[in-house]
Amino acid sequence: MHVDPEIIRLLAFLIGVIAFAALNAAYLVWLERKEAGHIQRRIGPKEVGPFGLLQPLVDGIKLMTKQLIVPAGVDPVLFRIAPILVMVPAIMSFVTIPFSETLVARNLDIGLLAIFAFASVNVLGLLLGAWGSRNKYAVISAARVVSQNVAYEIPMLVTVVTLVMITGTMNLHNIVMQQQGGFWHWNIFNFSASPLMPVAFLIFFVCMLAETNRAPFDMAEAESELVAGAFTEYSGMGFGVFFMGEYANIVIGASMATILFLGGWDCPFGLFPGVHWFLIKMYFLIFTVIWIRWTYPRTTFYGLLNLSWKILIPISFFNLILTSAMLKVF
Amino acid sequence: MNRAAIKQKLAAIPAEAVIETDYDRKGFTLDVQVAPAQLVAAVSVLDAAGFFIEAVTGVDWLGEQAALRKEAQAKIAAEAKARAEAAAAAGEEPPPAAPPAEQGELPEDALEAVYDFNHYEELCRVTVRTRVPRSKPEVPSISEIYPGANWHERETHDFFGIIFAGHPYLVPLLLPEDADYHPLLKDFRP
Amino acid sequence: MSAFAGSEANETFVLNLGPQHPATHGVLRVKLTMDGEYIVEAEPVLGYIHRMHEKMGENRTWAQFLPNTGRMDYLHALAYNHGYVSVVERAAGIAVPERAEYLRVITAELNRVSSHLLWFGAFILDLGGFSPLLYAFDDREHILDLLESVTGSRLTYCYFRFGGVYNDIDDNFVAGTQAFIKRLRGRMPMYHNLVTKNIILMTRLKEIGPISAEMCRKYGATGPVCRGSGINFDVRKHEPYSIYPEFDFDVPVYEQGDSMARYMVRMDEIEQSLRIIEQALDKLPEGPVMADKVPKILKPAKGDYYHAVETARGSFGVRVVSDGSNTPYRLKLRSPTFSNLSLFGEACRGMLLPDALALMGSLDLVIPEIDR
Repeated sequence: MHVDPEIIRLLAFLIGVIAFAALNAAYLVWLERKEAGHIQRRIGPKEVGPFGLLQPLVDGIKLMTKQLIVPAGVDPVLFRIAPILVMVPAIMSFVTIPFSETLVARNLDIGLLAIFAFASVNVLGLLLGAWGSRNKYAVISAARVVSQNVAYEIPMLVTVVTLVMITGTMNLHNIVMQQQGGFWHWNIFNFSASPLMPVAFLIFFVCMLAETNRAPFDMAEAESELVAGAFTEYSGMGFGVFFMGEYANIVIGASMATILFLGGWDCPFGLFPGVHWFLIKMYFLIFTVIWIRWTYPRTTFYGLLNLSWKILIPISFFNLILTSAMLKVF
Repeated sequence: MNRAAIKQKLAAIPAEAVIETDYDRKGFTLDVQVAPAQLVAAVSVLDAAGFFIEAVTGVDWLGEQAALRKEAQAKIAAEAKARAEAAAAAGEEPPPAAPPAEQGELPEDALEAVYDFNHYEELCRVTVRTRVPRSKPEVPSISEIYPGANWHERETHDFFGIIFAGHPYLVPLLLPEDADYHPLLKDFRP
Repeated sequence: MSAFAGSEANETFVLNLGPQHPATHGVLRVKLTMDGEYIVEAEPVLGYIHRMHEKMGENRTWAQFLPNTGRMDYLHALAYNHGYVSVVERAAGIAVPERAEYLRVITAELNRVSSHLLWFGAFILDLGGFSPLLYAFDDREHILDLLESVTGSRLTYCYFRFGGVYNDIDDNFVAGTQAFIKRLRGRMPMYHNLVTKNIILMTRLKEIGPISAEMCRKYGATGPVCRGSGINFDVRKHEPYSIYPEFDFDVPVYEQGDSMARYMVRMDEIEQSLRIIEQALDKLPEGPVMADKVPKILKPAKGDYYHAVETARGSFGVRVVSDGSNTPYRLKLRSPTFSNLSLFGEACRGMLLPDALALMGSLDLVIPEIDR
């Protein structure tokens, strides 16, 4: 019997992608707790396994053995479907992310578009879960999440459009290939296209923080205001899946920043490009995300919207116009 | 506004008594006793003088009248004894013992509402007291003048059952919402 | 802060904040009538840990009530000790040796610093910043160790006695306190750089939660709340007790009346308390720490007595009515946060929920003290 090797390759990649997403979610919790510990001058998890490395597994087992409580009065369908709606698109997005020149499940020509399409489902999952919970804190949180995502999707996409104008392609593989050969080729330092590229990176990074509901923009969870926001009624693995989805989204956000601005798997000095460089950059960004969370207090909701509508959107549009003008002139 | 001026104004209410106390001994400067009807007027004077409200509370004087009578009787008895002794010392016939005092109905014991005021700029603590009979403890509310008295009056109502007439929301504050007992009354038994 | 427009349809809902809520730091419940995220009406519901300390006072001797005082404001227990022993000493006419007064001031001020440090951490936690809490606890831990060495306990102290204090300090305590003062002075600039100058924190606190001086007066607010509204009122200066007049310290007052002002008042008070402790350690006289001839069974003269002290949260007053027996006839405890919280309903009207919680945090609530 003949089996198309492409199918086997795809299956292997899918399993790999799911494992990668799940392991990342698990070990980012470990990283977050360890990092938070050291920022706060304590040790962090250390009891389970060396350096507490088995802690995420134990946590996972704990969450899985807990009873899945579906409170009376919730919308049972929406309540159950919401965590999956957050998790699945995140995993789907991994399919088209090129980790190295060859390590990609499916290199789509519209990979960039696909990822942003999937990423926008995330907010829908949170909204439905919060609405289905029939909890006032959750509904307030849902209203926050939606307006926050609408506000931050705009500057993010405008920045991405600027980038697409420069690269002329939506194929992530090609975008990275254009940045090969040392850090001065990376888009973040692509001053010939626009002198504002570092600013564009910053906007993209801030929007990524907001889109993934990370501090200081963690309006959705805001535990000192809304108890646990959208997740108030969730327990056990329902909460666990939300949690994993959140971390998977952070990984995607960091990966996209790496691909679009930091040259993907390219080595800064032109030596030994490969998947390790991709991972180093990605994890450095994730480290920064966690670092910010444990350093800054939370903004308020109006502060967050003001930042987007009054600062980020005008600057990103200005960058768009500047870039198009420069592309036309030079 | 100095202490003397406040004292004068309060005396003009008319308060039943305005006593200047020894601060070092007592910890407050003016002790003002008013009838419930004059309470609002007295508090308005303090409000106009810029005082702030510290607390409102109560004191249950159950058994006070009985104790007072006992004290008075003891005094009479002591005097009689002293007279008898003086007479005996003088070698006279002891005078006939005075007939026992009239044992009429005891006057009713009182609940006292105590209001503490203080001033931000000047050291002048004013204590305003008003007494009401235990069977009908009704005092006008001052929460119109001092919104902060709202909670203090609710607390005092919880603990003593003093009814603050005109209070907008006199429901239990510290006790459970269905509490119908007043734990600081001296005859309260849990 | 954006203005509250108010909706035409008048569609409000009731949000039950607490009694178990991360921002209320205890079992306080607030019934909020909300219009979206704007607060229309807020009604704090108290009494979840009401223990009727005042009745307990009537049922035990003067001395037996002493440990209760530390259970009300567990963060500044020594000030509560101080208020109660002072009023009983006033009533019974007990003189306190000078060294004991110094020890009272030193320990009470150390306790005030620890209370402010804990508030600082918890307040930033309310605003979503996690890390300062652990740093503040690190410093607070030193105070707890110091106080443990003299008082024997770490939180609910019962160190003062009628006529003095229970235990004398040793050289280790003096050296440790001096080292701690040096350490905290070195750490305060870090706190200011890390937290006070943070732009997010500034936008969260400046012009948020304004409380006017008139409002303070009408509600009887004291402590850092009224000092943040431009009222220079500190019982330690206003109505000097113990040996506070001996020391040179300032009362920080800020005019703005917003959450930032209250924050700054407390941060400055830490430094002022350190100054007091430093001077007290320098001047510390030798001598006994307990008065001689304190009667075993106290029977203060008939009458009522009042004494107020400045706790970390404001003016704590005790009114005792004595009938000349060995138990108080009536014991009224005037707790500062009770009054400070009572203005919350008016102050937060029309505010956004997160701002109202910032305001609530800036009032520095200790629930057992409110409920008593």
